[in-house]
Amino acid sequence: MLNFHKNHKNLVLTAGGVFIALSILIAIIPALQMQETEPIPNEKPLTDNEREGLNVYVSENCMACHTQQVRNIEMDNMWGKRPSIPSDYYYSKKRLDVWRQSPSILGSERTGPDLTDIGKRQPSEDWHLLHLYNPRVVVSASVMPSYPWLFEEVDSASVRKDDKVVAVPKEFLSNPSKKIIAKNDALRLVDYLKYLKQTELPGSNVEDFIPALKKIQADRVAGGNQGALDGGKLFSQVCAVCHQESGKGVVGAFPSLIGSEIVNDENSEKLIRVVIQGYDARSDYGVMPGFGDQLSDAEIAAILTHERSSWGNDAAPVTKEDVAQVRQYVEMELNK
Amino acid sequence: MKKCKMAILLFSGVLPNILSAQDKITTDNWLSSPGIIGTFVLIAIVMIIAIVILFIKLNTYIDKMKRRQIDKNRMAFDDEIVAMDEGEIDVILEKRKAALKYKLKGDELSGDSEVSDEKGLVHQFIKDPNNAFFDEKKKTSLSLETPLELKKIVIYYIGAAALWLVLGTLIGQYLGMKFLWPEMDSQSWLSFGRLRPVHTNMVFWGWSSLAMIGLGYFVIARTSNTKIYNYSWAWSAWRLINLTIILGTMCLMAGVNNGGGEYREYIWPVMLLFAVGLIITFINFYKTVATRKISEIYISNWFILAALIWTIVLSVIGYLPFYQDGLGETVIQGYYMHQGVGMWFMTFTLGLVYYYLPSTLNKPIYSYSLGVLAFWTQMLFYTMIGTHHFVFSPLPWWLQTIAIVFSAGMVIPVVAGTTNFLMTMKGSWNHISKSYVLPFFLVGTVFYFVGSMQGSLQAFRFTNFVWHFTDFNVAHSHMTMYGIIAFFLWAGIYAILPKLTGKEPSQVLVGAHFWLAFIGLFAYMISLMAGGTYKGLSWIDGEPFIESVILMKPYWIWRAVGGSLMLASHLVFAYNFYYMVKGYSKIKSSRKVEEITV
Repeated sequence: MLNFHKNHKNLVLTAGGVFIALSILIAIIPALQMQETEPIPNEKPLTDNEREGLNVYVSENCMACHTQQVRNIEMDNMWGKRPSIPSDYYYSKKRLDVWRQSPSILGSERTGPDLTDIGKRQPSEDWHLLHLYNPRVVVSASVMPSYPWLFEEVDSASVRKDDKVVAVPKEFLSNPSKKIIAKNDALRLVDYLKYLKQTELPGSNVEDFIPALKKIQADRVAGGNQGALDGGKLFSQVCAVCHQESGKGVVGAFPSLIGSEIVNDENSEKLIRVVIQGYDARSDYGVMPGFGDQLSDAEIAAILTHERSSWGNDAAPVTKEDVAQVRQYVEMELNK
Repeated sequence: MKKCKMAILLFSGVLPNILSAQDKITTDNWLSSPGIIGTFVLIAIVMIIAIVILFIKLNTYIDKMKRRQIDKNRMAFDDEIVAMDEGEIDVILEKRKAALKYKLKGDELSGDSEVSDEKGLVHQFIKDPNNAFFDEKKKTSLSLETPLELKKIVIYYIGAAALWLVLGTLIGQYLGMKFLWPEMDSQSWLSFGRLRPVHTNMVFWGWSSLAMIGLGYFVIARTSNTKIYNYSWAWSAWRLINLTIILGTMCLMAGVNNGGGEYREYIWPVMLLFAVGLIITFINFYKTVATRKISEIYISNWFILAALIWTIVLSVIGYLPFYQDGLGETVIQGYYMHQGVGMWFMTFTLGLVYYYLPSTLNKPIYSYSLGVLAFWTQMLFYTMIGTHHFVFSPLPWWLQTIAIVFSAGMVIPVVAGTTNFLMTMKGSWNHISKSYVLPFFLVGTVFYFVGSMQGSLQAFRFTNFVWHFTDFNVAHSHMTMYGIIAFFLWAGIYAILPKLTGKEPSQVLVGAHFWLAFIGLFAYMISLMAGGTYKGLSWIDGEPFIESVILMKPYWIWRAVGGSLMLASHLVFAYNFYYMVKGYSKIKSSRKVEEITV
């Protein structure tokens, strides 16, 4: 009937036909289904600026090294509070324009960190700009490319009032007398990065991560007491991008923690406040965002204890209870 | 049939493992997980083959020792003769003299009636077969039959491919070095993000695709025993495909990127040129097969025609916008990037191997029906597995499970193909040492098995857990696109070009090409696999992310070393190509005179 060995027409039609049928089944129908996803009720659409930033993100092909998907496995918990769901991509994965399709922001390689929640993890615009200008200013071991073409080198005299000057340390400048200002593309890209936050799901029935490590699981069950938390590790994950692993900070951008009065103060209240609420009292440094929502009392206590006992600092440890108390004050002040 | 049963058995044995992996994953004994063990076994296969070659060498040494023993025995025999008396020796010598003088009369088998070809069956006869490097090869006969137009097409396709290969790997090597020196340059158009798709697309559409189509033209004409339907269409397709790569590269470097989905980075107006090129090629091939002068369609043509039609469908589905918002795009991306590899490169290249391997060995393919089985299972299984690039992602769990199950099913076409190729080579192993073409086929076949099986293992949930997002993926894609596709293509090129142009490349340089490429690939692969595994384990242990960057540094150095060797081998290949085709038309014209005199 279908003599494939002798009838080229049947052969090609069958091979083509079955392939098309399978493709519809395995690709097009699931794709159409996925397209019907609706956004989470409180999910925010991208503003024009953020969308412009997404365009920069695509044309520099940041997807080559950065993923934007929190998988439902324990190890991905560090990139977001919950596994990603299809609705998360409702606004950011639309066709870009006539020429370009919906961006493949999920990515397939994690040469650099996942960016699903980068806006929450790193809300500081100053940090992002400095990091884009030269990643090694803030993360010395980074292999990310620099993006100097998103910035402009100008004479200090010609800096206009509304220009965004990036506080690049002298040793990273080719011409120390010049100032670096961010071009529109850089500012928009940072707008987009700051937009990247996981929307909280209404209700509490969040899909759980598949546990990976029995040890960590057991610790969680045991209540995650302070002893189990590694302050040094948490510091590297949360604080070191700005204040550096060495605690020295970056001159002109992020203050040193070594010998710092606030860090070493016998009364740790101010220090805890800075971490919970953020800090913007010094014009010679960038703004510090608050970490109160991101970190638990025990985690803040572990980090601060690490800071107060490292790099030559020598102050009393901070306890979970201390942090809880300060948090209470802060909330009371806010409610007033 | 037995193989088939075995594959099914293997398949069903693996199935429960994959499904049960769903509820709990632990890393306590990651070394004993089936996926990881499988990968070790597969890499061991390559090592074992190297060891086997070593044993063969040892064997020759032992032979030598044995021969010495034989010499000793001979001396004892000589002593015996010396001890004989003259009469005895005379009798023996007379007998021998008579034996030596015996001659055939010349008509023992044929009788003495006159020869006549009454039905006109004999077209030509050759008294002394003109042997090439293989005892069975007759290279002149080929060069007499191949029309100059076809030769020119094959040479220009392969020539353009070689150019893109050198350029593409130069860019790849530059990218590899950027992992070690991220500050190498600060030009926007040379930045890592923009240049990475330039590399992948250039070696995909430029090198592999053009080389495949070029070799395909010869196969289609040859196995259909006819002329290519339309030569000028072949040239239009050649121009379109090359134009695609030039324009696509310029777009990407200027920051015009379709959306960053792998192998879909060229924007649609550029990719459209490629698709038109493919459609033209398909029609040309189809018409050639349709006007074939034999009734059977050779299995190579099945694979080649199907690869073209599948890829045309694939690029249309990949670029149509109607279902690509939200995660719809992600479903299509998994489908597209996997099928790009499986339905285009793998299928087409297998088609080429089904012709070039048996023709190099001058014997038929081991099993035609195994080839047919491989063809249909390739279509059924390969199509379903795209989503295995997104295991644990927000895509539906059922889609991921189908992808994983069918990835395991890939055992069937892969085992069928590998068996077929190895059994075809069986009995001709001694040719491997004599030929510079067969080692390429052997390495390609071994990697076809190892690379594909490793890919199937990598789709399992546990292995994905350790390796996904790490440099291991990069190692896998080089193992397959380079170890399988590139090695098979080189085999085809070295098999056919000398016959078309009448000029063989220097054996030393082909050897240099082979070993540089093989060792380079091995260094590249092993370093990224080891590094990727440590990276994954570091993530699982919840170490700060930057630790995983720092621990990769030594592996990235070895990757760059492997990459340099590969690049060097391509330069040698480019020279060999130049040497083979230099002045080919002149040689051809001198042959023509011969043809007339014959």
